[in-house]
Amino acid sequence: MIDTIVRFLLLLAFPPIMLGIVNRVKSVFAGRKGPPILQTWRDIAKLARKGLVVSSTTTWVFLAGPAVSLATVLIAGSLVPYGPFRSPFGFTGDVILFAYLFGLARFFTTSAALDTGSAFEGMGASREVTFAFLTEPALFLALLTLARLSGSLDLNGILLGPAGGFSSATAAPLVLVALALGIVVLAECSRIPVDDPNTHLELTMIHEVMVLDHSGPLFGVITWAASIKFFVLSTILLHVLLPMSSGNAAIDWLIFVAGLVAVSVGVGVIESIMARFRMRRVPWFLTGALLCSGSAFVLLVR
Amino acid sequence: MSSIGFVLVAIIISAASGLPVALSGGASRRGQAISALMLVAAGVVGLVGVLPVFASAATSSLALPWGLPSGAFAVGLDALSGIFLVPIFIIPALGAVYGLGYWHPADRPEDGRRLGLSYGLLVAGMALVAIARDGLLFLVAWELMALASWFAATAEAGKSEVRRAGWVYLVATHVGTLVLFAMFALWKATAGSFALERNLAIQPEAAGAIFVLALIGFGLKAGLVPLHVWLPGAHANAPSHVSAVMSGVMIKLGIYGILRMTSLMPTPDQWWGWTLFALGGVSALAGIAWATGQGDIKRVLAYSSVENMGIIAMGAGLALVGKSLGRPSLILLGMGGALFHVWNHSLFKSLLFLDAGLVIHETGTRRLERMGGLAKRLPLAAALFGLGAAALSALPPLNGFAGEWMLYLGFFRGVTAGPGRGLPVAALGAALLATVGALAVAAFVRLFGAVFLGAARSAPNDDHEAPNVSLATPDNGLAAHGKGKAGGSARLAMLAPMVALGLACIVLGFAPGLVLPAIGDAAGTWANLREGGRNLVGLADFSWSLPLGLALVGVVTLLLLYFSFAARGARKPGRGTWDCGFAAPTSRMQYGASSFGEFLGRNLSFVRVTRRKSRRPRGAFPAPGFYSSKTPDPVLDLSIRPLAAFAGRSIARMRILHQGQTQIYLIYVLLATVILLIAGVAPS
Repeated sequence: MIDTIVRFLLLLAFPPIMLGIVNRVKSVFAGRKGPPILQTWRDIAKLARKGLVVSSTTTWVFLAGPAVSLATVLIAGSLVPYGPFRSPFGFTGDVILFAYLFGLARFFTTSAALDTGSAFEGMGASREVTFAFLTEPALFLALLTLARLSGSLDLNGILLGPAGGFSSATAAPLVLVALALGIVVLAECSRIPVDDPNTHLELTMIHEVMVLDHSGPLFGVITWAASIKFFVLSTILLHVLLPMSSGNAAIDWLIFVAGLVAVSVGVGVIESIMARFRMRRVPWFLTGALLCSGSAFVLLVR
Repeated sequence: MSSIGFVLVAIIISAASGLPVALSGGASRRGQAISALMLVAAGVVGLVGVLPVFASAATSSLALPWGLPSGAFAVGLDALSGIFLVPIFIIPALGAVYGLGYWHPADRPEDGRRLGLSYGLLVAGMALVAIARDGLLFLVAWELMALASWFAATAEAGKSEVRRAGWVYLVATHVGTLVLFAMFALWKATAGSFALERNLAIQPEAAGAIFVLALIGFGLKAGLVPLHVWLPGAHANAPSHVSAVMSGVMIKLGIYGILRMTSLMPTPDQWWGWTLFALGGVSALAGIAWATGQGDIKRVLAYSSVENMGIIAMGAGLALVGKSLGRPSLILLGMGGALFHVWNHSLFKSLLFLDAGLVIHETGTRRLERMGGLAKRLPLAAALFGLGAAALSALPPLNGFAGEWMLYLGFFRGVTAGPGRGLPVAALGAALLATVGALAVAAFVRLFGAVFLGAARSAPNDDHEAPNVSLATPDNGLAAHGKGKAGGSARLAMLAPMVALGLACIVLGFAPGLVLPAIGDAAGTWANLREGGRNLVGLADFSWSLPLGLALVGVVTLLLLYFSFAARGARKPGRGTWDCGFAAPTSRMQYGASSFGEFLGRNLSFVRVTRRKSRRPRGAFPAPGFYSSKTPDPVLDLSIRPLAAFAGRSIARMRILHQGQTQIYLIYVLLATVILLIAGVAPS
């Protein structure tokens, strides 16, 4: 019961802090003092108090974009196990629902972008749906590999692994799965080297350009939902990178949070030392993820 | 009266439903209304007959005397037929009601008569195909269906585009029938009779040949790549409610044919399932990739039908592999997913075609580049289109997702619990389905956005609009009434069936458990397994779907209320979209269908061919620039048409022999006889 409450508090409160950590790491690399860790939360609170401007071109679809993206990440977040703590809602086949919830969010965020009638937002939507068809099979093959390893069909079973832990014979596929999932996290969460959340040029953006017209509370919800997505996908990655359980709930929660902090730091480091790929190079990077998870599967069943 | 009796009565009413239109000269509103009423009545009667089949495992059959030398009028009804009969009795009835608003008989009495008669016969033919239990009767019904659908699809034969598409369809469907002739002949030769009954005495070699012939003959109707060539043109050029019936119902009978034949033969070799799965995978991927490049609203929908038939074939392939391996879980999940998808696709694809018809009716064009911003003029149609598009993209919590979820479950189960064999199908299937799903989102966001979202691309008040490009150019004669002509009652007749279809998509998505036993029974019937329904319910536990749907809808509704509250008064006229500081944006600067599909096309170049033409503005005094892109069909436009043209050119060279004089032809006959004589004498 306590674990369930902790789960939901973490799901709601922690994600914006992860973005704060990423930004802090980037400023340290750049030699700046950087914003406080809680800055994203402050931004969200400020946006919630602000008024908004809505283009007269738009319809209800424009409002549905942020609403659906928040609803889907909340549900997706409640389906995955956090560290050794199982999801209370797991069911056979929830892994498929999990992946398709992101598709649902994409349908509405890209539709909301097209609803504004802006060329820039249309461009972002076009890129978003294009990259998705490369990341989706990578994600599915990665999950399929884990499903094969654990012999399970629900996220709790798939991500917590076989009863005695992963055997050392499966190390190679697991490394490849981790690589694939890492790329998926970067791509789905619009991080460098796929997308640059801080660029000043709309022409080069994907996610940020789709939400140019959303302001005030709408933008606050979008920021929050994007951070939750980062949290959820990082959780999945952690199951492969850090599959440990001490048996003591408090220590396990600490390990889990430390893992999330580590992923955020890692993303911050990548963002600091890499440039964004040119748009036409991005598909190669994403195909790399597909190759990794595909090879992992082949290695496993050869 | 027995179940089959109800179905036969429904068939007779459907077949006769064109008579009121024809007898009243095709121009009368009343004739059209009576005809629609008859089709609705036929649908109700038919469903009364069909639905009990699912409750009881019993089958109902009937044999009547029939005058032909061989064959018999043998009909039967089981759960497998039932699955296909349900859409046959629902969709055309809804389409007929829709037609009351869509098709104005007074405008074109000739076409109306043709459409009325053929529409009813099409329904009768389809239902007869699903219950025929004799090879010859099956072929007769099949031909009735093919010809009636041809007449219905080419109802506007006055247009050259329609005639061209009709010609391709006529050739394709008869090639298919010819292959089916061969298949049934082989069946008769090996099984001893035309009776379509489970026959385990068929030799494996003959069974393999029958399977290949069925795959080609029925695959042509189902539109599996590369046999889909007729489908996009015919579906795009038919009147929209006919497109809905063809795409939503008729092409499924191709799948039915494959399923019926495979269910009658002994345990299949593994390559059957592999082949069907591979054809399905190629169709799914290619169909949706080609859909992302089309500039015609109905061609996008037609190509997505190719995709969906591919998904159904993938499920059926998995079930066939499961049958050869003797794994009931794969059989039930694969076939269950496929059959559920048959229903789901018939619901959302009909919804989308009917909605597209309404859009065409309003705008007078099928071209995506001339649409946009219709969500403000047609809010309900926009919401329904969004619903249908989301269901088609297999997004939770709608019915499309429920069906594909079962297929995924089959694929995952094949991966986790399988011995090595059959595993590649499962793994490839899951990865392919994921790619196809993501592309479906891309294709349908593009379609939804281009038609309903943003600003109208050719609004009259758009300064930059060339005067000759306006909504008043009717690409489709139906819209000769001009835009917005559909009055209140006509609009209601069109919207009511769409609302019904949309509701069905929601209900089946929230509570798939309602229909799961019926689908499981049909899957069990196909594989000759007992208790299919109960076992499938055990394998695919849908208890999550209702809570999930309610949670999603609840959270989204709350957020929308909050946003609407926060945004009250924020949407003022004159507050345009922020175009990154550009001061005078016009609606033509929006991302349109081709620009949205451009980046996709560059990354899909391994399967999609795109022809681009453009001239950029250059220099100090640039001439007007332009850009256009086209996605031709790689099979029809890039292979068959050039080949046919080449053959035509080569044969034209022989024209020198044709002088048009009887004497010369008689000399040819004499020459031929002499040559034959020499040839006959020479060896001895």
